[in-house]
Amino acid sequence: MAKIVADHEVVEVRYPVNDSFIISFRSPVDIPQILPGNFAEIQIENTTGVFLRRPFSILDVDYDSRIISFFIKIIGKGTKRLGEAQRGDKVSLMYPLGNSFTMPVPEKKVLIVGGGSGIAPFVMLGRNLKKNGNKVTFLIGGKSKKDVLISALFSEFGEVFTTTEDGSAGERGFVTDHSLIKTGSPPFDKIYSCGPEAMMKAVGKIAKQNNIDCEVSLENMMACGFGACLCCVTETIDGNKRVCKEGPVFNINYLKWRI
Amino acid sequence: MADLRVNIGGLEFKNPVTTASGTFGNGEEFDDFFDLNLLGGMFVKGMTLEPREGNDYPRMAETASGMLNAVGLQNKGVDYFIENIYPRIKHFNTHIIPNINGSTVEDYIEVAEKLNEIETIPAIELNISCPNVKAGGMLFGTSCPSAIAVTKAVRDVYHKVLIVKLSPNVTDITEIAKGVEGAGADSVSLINTLLGMAVDAEKRKPLLSTVTGGLSGPAVKPVALRMVWQVYNSVKIPVFGIGGIMNATDAIEFMLAGASAIQVGTANFIDPQVSVKIIDGIMDYLKRHNFDSVTELTGAMKV
Repeated sequence: MAKIVADHEVVEVRYPVNDSFIISFRSPVDIPQILPGNFAEIQIENTTGVFLRRPFSILDVDYDSRIISFFIKIIGKGTKRLGEAQRGDKVSLMYPLGNSFTMPVPEKKVLIVGGGSGIAPFVMLGRNLKKNGNKVTFLIGGKSKKDVLISALFSEFGEVFTTTEDGSAGERGFVTDHSLIKTGSPPFDKIYSCGPEAMMKAVGKIAKQNNIDCEVSLENMMACGFGACLCCVTETIDGNKRVCKEGPVFNINYLKWRI
Repeated sequence: MADLRVNIGGLEFKNPVTTASGTFGNGEEFDDFFDLNLLGGMFVKGMTLEPREGNDYPRMAETASGMLNAVGLQNKGVDYFIENIYPRIKHFNTHIIPNINGSTVEDYIEVAEKLNEIETIPAIELNISCPNVKAGGMLFGTSCPSAIAVTKAVRDVYHKVLIVKLSPNVTDITEIAKGVEGAGADSVSLINTLLGMAVDAEKRKPLLSTVTGGLSGPAVKPVALRMVWQVYNSVKIPVFGIGGIMNATDAIEFMLAGASAIQVGTANFIDPQVSVKIIDGIMDYLKRHNFDSVTELTGAMKV
């Protein structure tokens, strides 16, 4: 698979919510095929304490205008700096990295569950699933209303439900408290999840109990992002596997999660 | 055009830029990014006699101008390398140099014997400096008698170029360098990572599963330069300089301090194409300073 490492020009930075932003870049060359779940490593220069690149899931791509975008939550110095980028700034991006979510047969009803910046791959995933002929349902969780505003991005691909811990939008509680999946047997053939690990484990547990096929996207700490350093491994039934190369998407049955 | 070729223990490298074991996978991971045939050589991921799973996650912590790792030699074993990995990478027109490790001297011997049989592998790097394994590794490289013993034992069974990778976690690295030179090493490479650690103050926990790990990156460069300089002045065998090389200027500094060739390590993670840029940068430097051969740089620092 062809990969790019090149300086990209910042086209736009906007803040749909206070602590998270969408940043888009123009590539100097044609963008290779990006699959849902692929990620990029972004270099953040001239920032004390930031040495390595930072991995981010790809939000969307426009091949014709060579635009690639990301949904990023500010969690430290690197993400803060990136959120301050100005139109025209040059930033080095490396992609596409990692594997992708698998596509089910068209008849399957799928649920996509996530929270925080974990929702980034859901735009491309939702679009591809809809195109594939699947009935798609989204369930997006957050602490309060502002955290789930971003779920509007998914309405063109399927029905969207939300949960908030303070009850300010959707049902109150965590995603796993939502009536869609909490009781009875959830009416889905496949579940995809990306977000905080505790959330993915809770979702994975429900999937397992109901014999629903489930894929999750992990975000272990990485040094390189393309399989060289062996720092980001996760335990699987085949031994330690690189989240950046064999992942980030894994079927929960392949992981050694105690759920 | 200046001559970039260097000679290490009788083995000619097309240029002095190679990639450090542990930071370059098995080379294949970089094939997506640049033409590996341009490299002087590649030191591939450390291997042991038996397969190893390595240490638990988390294995990495970013630090000021560097990183700590505690990978712990995760690899599928030397037989797997010979049967499965090497056939996939042997077509590259660059020296492929395995980095070998063991818990016991016998382990090292057996791995070296197996690699000695592979005609197209011209050299091995004896790793007596891995700080992230419970047995062997750095234990061999931090005492002079054991460094000599393992080098001698491998020298007896390995008949091609033997490079010994030294640990910086010693009182006097020149004693170890002289010891392994006397035991038959053709070259030494230094430095491996510096033993370090990182703490999460909020959680009151170590950031690595192993508590301590190996520090690499620009943070270690001054220490590495000093050690290369000391070793260059103590032994006659050629030195591979390693430690925080991020660009051509860094590489040239190591050569001026006494290195005959260099290994690019942690920089590969940030810019997988960095080695090619370093080769071009060295070429440019030689031209600007009217050198005919890159070998003229070795030890050329004016003190």
